[in-house]
Amino acid sequence: MATSSVVANEQYNYDIVRKFTIMTLVWGVVGMLVGVFIASELAFPFLNFDIPYITFGRLRPVHTGAVIFGFGGSALFATTYYIVQRTCQARLFGGSGLANFTFWGWQGIIVLAALGDVLGFSQGREYAEMEWPIDLLIEVVWVAYIVVFVGTVMRRKQPHIYVANWFFLAFMLATALLHTFNNMAIPVSLTKSYPLFAGAQDAMTQWWYGHNAVGFFLTAAFLGMMYYFVPKQAGRPVYSYRLSIVHFWALIFLYMWAGTHHLHWTAIPDWTSTLAATFSIMLLLPSWGGMINGIMTLSGSWDKLRTDPVMRFLIVALSFYGMSTFEGPMMSLKDVNALSHYTDWTIGHVHSGALGWVAMITFGALYHLIPRLWNNEVHSQKLINVHFWLATIGILLYITAMWISGIMQGLMWRAFDDFGNLQYSFVETVAAMHPFYVMRALGGVFFLSGMVIMCFNMYKTISQGSTEPQGKLAAA
Amino acid sequence: MKHDMIERNLGLMLVLVMLAISVGGLVEIVPLFFIKDTIETVKTADGKEMIRPYSPLELRGRDIYIREGCYLCHSQMIRPFRDEALRYGHYSLAAESKYDHPFQWGSKRTGPDLARVGGKYSNDWHVQHLNAPRSMVPESVMPNYPWLLTTPLDTSDVGQRMAALRVTGVPYSASKAEYDQNVKTFGEDVAKTLHIPDAEKNLIAQAQTGNYDNNPNDVTEMDAVVAYLQVLGTMVDFKKFDDDYFVQFR
Repeated sequence: MATSSVVANEQYNYDIVRKFTIMTLVWGVVGMLVGVFIASELAFPFLNFDIPYITFGRLRPVHTGAVIFGFGGSALFATTYYIVQRTCQARLFGGSGLANFTFWGWQGIIVLAALGDVLGFSQGREYAEMEWPIDLLIEVVWVAYIVVFVGTVMRRKQPHIYVANWFFLAFMLATALLHTFNNMAIPVSLTKSYPLFAGAQDAMTQWWYGHNAVGFFLTAAFLGMMYYFVPKQAGRPVYSYRLSIVHFWALIFLYMWAGTHHLHWTAIPDWTSTLAATFSIMLLLPSWGGMINGIMTLSGSWDKLRTDPVMRFLIVALSFYGMSTFEGPMMSLKDVNALSHYTDWTIGHVHSGALGWVAMITFGALYHLIPRLWNNEVHSQKLINVHFWLATIGILLYITAMWISGIMQGLMWRAFDDFGNLQYSFVETVAAMHPFYVMRALGGVFFLSGMVIMCFNMYKTISQGSTEPQGKLAAA
Repeated sequence: MKHDMIERNLGLMLVLVMLAISVGGLVEIVPLFFIKDTIETVKTADGKEMIRPYSPLELRGRDIYIREGCYLCHSQMIRPFRDEALRYGHYSLAAESKYDHPFQWGSKRTGPDLARVGGKYSNDWHVQHLNAPRSMVPESVMPNYPWLLTTPLDTSDVGQRMAALRVTGVPYSASKAEYDQNVKTFGEDVAKTLHIPDAEKNLIAQAQTGNYDNNPNDVTEMDAVVAYLQVLGTMVDFKKFDDDYFVQFR
């Protein structure tokens, strides 16, 4: 399929998009490699090698940081900068200086965070392990990011703000809010601080952050990405304008109530738990609203699923999004949660969203973007196809393994013998999970190999491409 | 109002988005700082608080627990289920983590819950288990932590750490008046361990008396971690309360 170049003129700042695009690929490989390694540590604990820096407890935040903020974050910077310029027909606000500041700032944050993690400088907060100096740096870079984005939207050439940008706006504001309140702490030294809140209130704050980091960073923002690339790649307008309005406002409003479902049956007041479960169920509707709006955009050109491997990534991403946003509300029911909580089921659920939705939609977006940014045909369509199948098989292996081990362990924990005693000791449940930990690591290897193949394919595409503006005629 | 108006007006959209994303947290989280029943009252017959802040040695152990990312595989939150009561003990109270900055309830049990691990095993068991888990539990997937035994504990800044926690509201005492208040709240024995000027002295004394790592000559990170594990879940004497006393707070 022919791809038209966007490099034709320098109306827009594509340099910054290229930088973030490359780092998306780099952090993808790094983050997933660490993921495969720590998954292997759980299957074969000798892999910890008695080295403090590579034990599971220290590498796990490296994995989550590199994939969420490195891979996902760089992908969001790249695509928001690309989309906001093209949908507003305006060059990035703040010149290349401010945009480059966000690039180097963000990359510095990811590297510092990873170093802090392996050295054991940790706040002890999931997905927010970074100590306070890094948190401050994040705050500064994030404000610069918002300034660039909002400034560019203000420069827009047409009166309407495109739907993708609504989602980006909500994602940026919510992330700033969450990051600020979750990281309030009293420093002891440069590498140690104590969070301001304790116990139950701290738990509520942490999971308000943790859940909505998923809700806004990994969902709303990637929906914005979807709202640009799916219509573009399909060559059709968004299915329903009305649906996009309704599901946007419902999604951003409802998400913020749902975080407490991570704390069912814990020492928080029951009413917060019930409220969170209720809102989690309601959240199914706007989530599926987004999925339907994306998938139905393809209505009338379903044949593209056969012929266009990029389209396949985008549509499968939406399907996994639909699946995991059904699974999520189900797991937020207190009775289901009593079984699933603390088990691998949660880990499987996260990865059906993270690999199936976030990573797949990113792959689709990058396969659309890279040929245009470097003004070259994709090196090999066949390798895109290979990547697609490796990734899909990898995800299926991963989540199947986690479903089995999670549900099995949950059931073993609560099994009683004829005399009313516990039937299994804890460690018997650990032993029972071994084969599924191996299977999960294997799923990760599949997914990672697909990522490596993508990097090779894109390296070829980029190295034979050109970022020079084309002749004036081509520009028209 | 037509949505068209919001789409054309960035300022209006900014305000409405901020409103939409603020409500949930305001309704669910903010009240918990003000509703008294959120944290249970847990007092002895003579009116002393059962739940106390960590001693200097336990606090340093907790810091190491966080440094090593133990919370990523171990929860500290027993749910009110029959199987968890049999396996771990009484369900966890909110009050039991009221001095936990940050909370360490966890989200995953790759290993067992540790909320009431204190007193369950001997010090020697913990030392051997932390050093080489599979020598005690062959099926375990926990990493070895041999450096805990060989790394001397840095005790120099424990006072600063307690001072920082004092700012967050943990009742470590910095003055005579605060110390006297702690005597009233916790009793004299506990109040002494909470006094910041004596922090380092108290830490070393507890490590030597407790002799957690079976080596009385030096204070290692192992001393601190085992002291922390041994206090977990032991502060509340549930025999002193009626079965339904804690239900009123839920």
